Amino acid sequence: MTASIVAATVRLQREPFDAAAEATELRRGRTDVGALVTFTGICRGDEGGKPLIALMLEHYPGMAEAEVERHVVEAQQRWPLLGVTVIHRYGRLEPGEEIVMVATAASHRHDAFAAAEFLMDYLKTRAPFWKQVEYAGGKAWVEKRWVEAKASDDALADRWAEPPSKRPDAAE
Amino acid sequence: MKVRYFAWVRERIGKEEEDIDPPAGVATVGELMAWLSRRGDEYAHAFENPKVIRAALDRSHVRADAALTGAREIAFFPPMTGG
Repeated sequence: MTASIVAATVRLQREPFDAAAEATELRRGRTDVGALVTFTGICRGDEGGKPLIALMLEHYPGMAEAEVERHVVEAQQRWPLLGVTVIHRYGRLEPGEEIVMVATAASHRHDAFAAAEFLMDYLKTRAPFWKQVEYAGGKAWVEKRWVEAKASDDALADRWAEPPSKRPDAAE
Repeated sequence: MKVRYFAWVRERIGKEEEDIDPPAGVATVGELMAWLSRRGDEYAHAFENPKVIRAALDRSHVRADAALTGAREIAFFPPMTGG
């Protein structure tokens, strides 16, 4: 399938973002978008049942952008997308803050859902980002621990290794 | 050749990056890990379980058997936990 490659937005930044505004921007002034999926990943206030103070996100500048862009292009080749936005933050994030967003626009919902899930599964396992949690460890010190990669995330990413033979909405 | 370290690999080695000049016999990513791990306790600690260490050559993911030929930058890091 040759998808027409449409403009995509990929940003890695320290600053917060407005997921709703970014999603609205994807379909502003157009009527061909019939489905818009937005996923936002948020810093939880606990990890493994322990309250956390903050999440530190380290990344590999240069490679992180390239990896995300490569996967956006792959998503555009696999599904007929009308727009894609991926924003991933780095640095220190506190509970309640947004970490990442993926927004996908398409004519039909299956393509938008599938592409958003594909991008998130790949971001978790292939984009060079590493999370470290800061736990409250007492009065004067903070316990820090690197988040371990989950085999379940690898399994989720691996299921995209085989291109779909038939899209469920192909007949719509 | 420039080497960059991230997350706990960086913490264990105590450096973000350095320039290295491995001997001619070090031809692959895996051989470079073995060579680095002999440079001191901090390196031995970082590479004690080479199977879990991921690598990128010139900012592309590679496996341990990838050849170093012509690479300008190599990075070592733990499995990624973004998203």
